[in-house]
Amino acid sequence: MAPLTTSSITGLRPATTFRERLDVPRRVVFIAALSMIAIVVVMLGFITWQGVQLFVSAHVAPGSLLSATWQPDSTAGAVTFGMLPFVAGTVGVTALAVLISAPLSVGLALFLSEVAPAWARNIVQPALEIFVGIPSVVWGWLGLTVLVPWLRENLSGAGFTVGFSWLAGSLVLSLMILPTITTVTFDAFRAVPQDQRTASLALGTTRWQTIRHILIPAGLAGTLTAIVLGMTRAAGEALAVQMVIGNRPVVPTSIAQPMTTLTSQITLDMGNTVFGEPWNDALWTMSLILLVISITFVVLVRALNGRRRFQ
Amino acid sequence: MLSQSRARWGAVAVVAALAFGACSSSATQAPAASAAAPAASVMPAASGAAAAVQCVSGSITTVGSTALQPLIQAAAQQYEKSCTNSTINVEGGGSGTGLTQVAGGGADIGDSDVTAASKLPADQASQLVDHIIAKQGWIMVDNPDVTGVSNLTTAQATAIWTGKITNWNAVGGPNLPIVLILRPASSGTRATFKQIVLGGAAEAAGKALTEDSNGAVTTAVEQTPGSTSVIGFAYYQQNKSGLTGLQLDGIDATVANMASGIYKLSAQGHMYTKGQPSGLAAAFLAYMLSPAVQQQLIPSLFYAPVTQ
Repeated sequence: MAPLTTSSITGLRPATTFRERLDVPRRVVFIAALSMIAIVVVMLGFITWQGVQLFVSAHVAPGSLLSATWQPDSTAGAVTFGMLPFVAGTVGVTALAVLISAPLSVGLALFLSEVAPAWARNIVQPALEIFVGIPSVVWGWLGLTVLVPWLRENLSGAGFTVGFSWLAGSLVLSLMILPTITTVTFDAFRAVPQDQRTASLALGTTRWQTIRHILIPAGLAGTLTAIVLGMTRAAGEALAVQMVIGNRPVVPTSIAQPMTTLTSQITLDMGNTVFGEPWNDALWTMSLILLVISITFVVLVRALNGRRRFQ
Repeated sequence: MLSQSRARWGAVAVVAALAFGACSSSATQAPAASAAAPAASVMPAASGAAAAVQCVSGSITTVGSTALQPLIQAAAQQYEKSCTNSTINVEGGGSGTGLTQVAGGGADIGDSDVTAASKLPADQASQLVDHIIAKQGWIMVDNPDVTGVSNLTTAQATAIWTGKITNWNAVGGPNLPIVLILRPASSGTRATFKQIVLGGAAEAAGKALTEDSNGAVTTAVEQTPGSTSVIGFAYYQQNKSGLTGLQLDGIDATVANMASGIYKLSAQGHMYTKGQPSGLAAAFLAYMLSPAVQQQLIPSLFYAPVTQ
């Protein structure tokens, strides 16, 4: 073990003396922070640059992206890079996943935080951690072998003729984001001071009234943050969704029908198109759209966190 | 300090002994001379029965087509077994990735199902040298519940793939809706099928499902009643029990029929280099055309040879 010096003890405090500035651990973390920032900036720059090539070098009119026709193959006639089916698919599959997952997750978080005895919490929390650790390919595989046939065999009357569908994608995603939303919401509820609970109960309220009037208002910003984080994960997920949605490039009109998403189309086409051709540029434009969506979510999370800080 | 340097020399000695052993065991003719020669020199080695393998030490990377990957992977393993100083990294990623990488200098060899001219801009494609190493075939398959259909004519297949026929009873099958499963529009498999069978007609993508690999297509067809798609020969052979293979215009999809040219749903497999290949890349490409690969490996993996 290295001897404890003044500089290693005060390592987290801003450097005040010249000696401290030259301190090795301090320089290591400084370089780590700088390269982190550099990587983010370079990556944003690269994706933005590639994303606009479709308009700059392939001279595609930005307005044509709003079309619903995806015909990128120049050997098959006039090309149209309509991205509406993909954007609609990503938004749709994410929204439905959150609709399914959020009530379950918030309920589970409330249960863990307010109702569950310690032993139950000791079982559910590790279970959630295992949930987070399940790779997306396993989720997709399960969806493909269990969920898709089940939908086809039991709900074919409701329109699930092939099983690959919007609902299948959303159900798989809702399970994938459940632990994220639950854990962050749980933390928000745990952060509510015990005094407030005690005070509320001392006024003669029931446990439900305490949850309803104390915990939910106090944990609201945290809950919303959790939901947005879940949406970010859902929108960015590619593999598991691709395996169960059928990848049909049309704007979905029913949750029983196959559809497609931005991530799915990027992975389908990226290996077979060559760098620099308009088709490949269009995939970069989709990446840029995805990036804009996720940055929007990040801004939203930060705004919500800002609100929470001032409460 | 002393013990460290002694250990290092010991390691060198072990490596040298291994290299010597490998060379002399695979090169039956000239053991001592080739073992003493510098590592970079070309030395003859024997593979299997008689065929000579040109060993060049070093490391190359080949990237691209997933349809050709099983063949190139198996050939690379055999080559590495004969030539222990050579490393050949075989990666998938798709034909487009292979062509992009080799044209940009990121890979020594780019593997593709389609010609470079059909994908790359003319100035880049003209720098690449094509090495045709095998013929590969595709077979139309359907879910086994589609009974009574064992053959599709080109016209019937076109009608199904373009969405004009949507029920199997129109081609002699049961009253069951057709579920068409496509590969992505950029895939070499789909481009080949479109050109050879559909005569360039556009598939009914808005009514079909899309799956991104031979494996995913196979799973989807096995699972989905009334589904049909096109997969590579090797994938069909591995999954025969869950699929029904179809004739095209009355001709069986076999390696023999593909080799003789009467089964038309096939295409050449390309390995591209930027300029004329040299060193290990040249030796490995020569090995791909050697009898050990063309006459033994290729038929066993359900491809057809391009040399006699």
